[in-house]
Amino acid sequence: MDFTLSEERRMLTETLTRFVREKYDLKTRHKAAKMEGGFDPAMWAEFAELGAVGALLPESAGGFGGAGEDILVVFEALGGGLVVEPFLATAVLGATPLIGAGKDEMLEEVIAGGFHLALAHTEPESRYEMARVACRAEGGKITGRKSVVLNGATADRLIVSARTSGGEADEAGIGLWLVDPKGPGVTMRAFGTVDGGHAAEFAFDGAPGEALGDPEGGYPALEAALGRGALALCAEALGAMEACKALTLDYMKTRKQFGAPLAKFQALQHRMVEMVIAIEQARSLTMLAAGMLDAPRKERERAISAAKNLVGRVGRLVSEETIQLHGGIAMTWEYAAPHFAKRLIMIDHMLGDEDFHLARFMALEEAA
Amino acid sequence: MDLNYTPAEQAFREEVRSYLRDNLPKRLSDKVAKGLRLSRDDLREWHAILNKAGWLAWHWPKEHGGTDWTPVEAHIFHEEIVVANAPRIVPFGVNMLGPVLIKYGSEEQKAHYLPRILTSEHWWCQGYSEPGAGSDLASLKTEAVLDGDEWVINGQKTWTTLGHIADHIFVLARTDKTGKPQEGISFFLVPMDVPGVEVRPIITLDGEHEVNEVFLTDVRIPKANIVGEVNGGWTLAKYLLTYERTGIAGVGYSRQAMEHLKAAAKRLKANGKPLREDPFFAARMGKVEIDLMAMDIFNLRVVAAAGGGAAGGVESSMLKVQGTVVRQELTDLMRRAFGPHAAPFISEAFDEGWNEEPVGPAGAMKQATKYFNMRKVSIYGGSNEIQKNIISKMGLGL
Repeated sequence: MDFTLSEERRMLTETLTRFVREKYDLKTRHKAAKMEGGFDPAMWAEFAELGAVGALLPESAGGFGGAGEDILVVFEALGGGLVVEPFLATAVLGATPLIGAGKDEMLEEVIAGGFHLALAHTEPESRYEMARVACRAEGGKITGRKSVVLNGATADRLIVSARTSGGEADEAGIGLWLVDPKGPGVTMRAFGTVDGGHAAEFAFDGAPGEALGDPEGGYPALEAALGRGALALCAEALGAMEACKALTLDYMKTRKQFGAPLAKFQALQHRMVEMVIAIEQARSLTMLAAGMLDAPRKERERAISAAKNLVGRVGRLVSEETIQLHGGIAMTWEYAAPHFAKRLIMIDHMLGDEDFHLARFMALEEAA
Repeated sequence: MDLNYTPAEQAFREEVRSYLRDNLPKRLSDKVAKGLRLSRDDLREWHAILNKAGWLAWHWPKEHGGTDWTPVEAHIFHEEIVVANAPRIVPFGVNMLGPVLIKYGSEEQKAHYLPRILTSEHWWCQGYSEPGAGSDLASLKTEAVLDGDEWVINGQKTWTTLGHIADHIFVLARTDKTGKPQEGISFFLVPMDVPGVEVRPIITLDGEHEVNEVFLTDVRIPKANIVGEVNGGWTLAKYLLTYERTGIAGVGYSRQAMEHLKAAAKRLKANGKPLREDPFFAARMGKVEIDLMAMDIFNLRVVAAAGGGAAGGVESSMLKVQGTVVRQELTDLMRRAFGPHAAPFISEAFDEGWNEEPVGPAGAMKQATKYFNMRKVSIYGGSNEIQKNIISKMGLGL
């Protein structure tokens, strides 16, 4: 058991953190978020050149990382700058089902920064359930609706979960299908999200799809993608929490009221300390989830759900306390802290919130 | 980063497990499992078992009888002693005074006291708190005055855990009243069989005798019984507290409590179904398990980073706050799990040899008293509010 990062990971962290700090200030971020598709393609190309995309994929898929630890360090660095480029959509949720599915050329293009993916899984009625799929696949044609598909508008290919057999919430009978969003039978509506991201909803009406692997046995690949995605969100949240902590501490030391800096008021000190202790707990479980990514299913999935639950709870605490400890300034668009606070809250709305993952954590204990 | 146990670590776990299987008497593990009171002899017997293996003072340097365990090995050791239902290690000599003597004691003191801690020839207790000095420890008033070749100590200590079965007490006493309160404190080693030491029991809210008052009246000890410099005791006092706080976090005991809670929630019924299927209870149980998992990793991270068996100052305060929140939540859930059967109170039931039929389901009778007893953990070792002050000042620069 060893908690220290390897030399390669330390270098990756340093490179990425420096890049985000020097090249990705809040103004740059807001500008990227406003571009068509919700991010800056030139910035994405720079990230790809730095190796940040390849670090998220294993050597077998042409990358040079792909372990839990890589997801941890890359997404924490991204979270520290509220990066809006589609790392989660393309390199984690989209790319994971392609690993080992005979799509190495496509993955090479992804790593080079020239190809985007999106996982179209959530449906109007499915909330966070991982196996509730009403979308149907018959004879290679997809019919159904998908909601809040992250970065769906800019994807060159969608990975769509669709059912060939089984009941609406059965794990068996789900397949993953590669669909061209510009192809026939696909309609899309794109929109921004409240935290500066970008998403789309899709309606498929007999859209042609190419099965990735077994068209009835796609659930394990789906679970792997969602699990890696949840870990990525936890790590991103850590980066955002650290940013909130630094901004709040700095503000407490400079802002004066009643003739003294906020830092001197014990009621505020204790709230700040509670926030810092909570962040360390969230970090601990995110590390555990990263370390368990290759463990047997029950251990792995429990660690992921535990982390996502705690990050949901701590994320809300950090978000709300950051705003409250700052006071009015944190209610403004212009200031940085509220954007981190918004992202922390909305991370809980992605890939399962704290309640969903608490219930799943408990249910998995009974699982074989 | 690799969170798996290496083959060497797994072999170490097996070594600890098999030693405990062969050496921990069933009589002792049964008492622990049932929550019965442990006697002075029980505790000494357990220390002797660990000392025979060379494990009692595992975090001491090897030359003084410690081990060269890695933090992960130490973690495994603590997991295994909890799983085996072993008694706790009484920390005052081994985990508190020992590290202070090793870091600040003279060669003579180390040579004299350390081996006697290992053999239980000396059994230590802690003379820190006073009626007027709780969380504000530096305001303590017990006084030591040099009279020829002897220190003469007068004052009153309180909350002295297991003072009634100890024969030595380490005492913080004031040796200078002129400067800042922290600058006039010294650290003394006091045998309790000398004239003027009187121990009186304090019965706590759970009806138990665990803590005491210790009165020191014209107690004379040799001049050499001071550790470190005269008026330099506060540094030692704080160093000792990092060990105390790391211990109070009690991750191993929380893990054991978690296992008991899970078993109880499977066994006990609510609405005709196992309690664990009650959505409100299940949610609280799940949350505390997740908090405990986080605490476990956090503990490993900070103890591993610091080495030497205790976290650093700020980290030990963070461990103490978060660890005690988890411990208290667990005892709260255990109490609730047994519903109305947490109420019956038969004190004799916790003595060895009580043979009557227990009231309610097995394990019910100790849960409420345990809950009340555990209110102490957010108070002692410096209250959690004091820990937050420390973290705020030393950790965050506020």
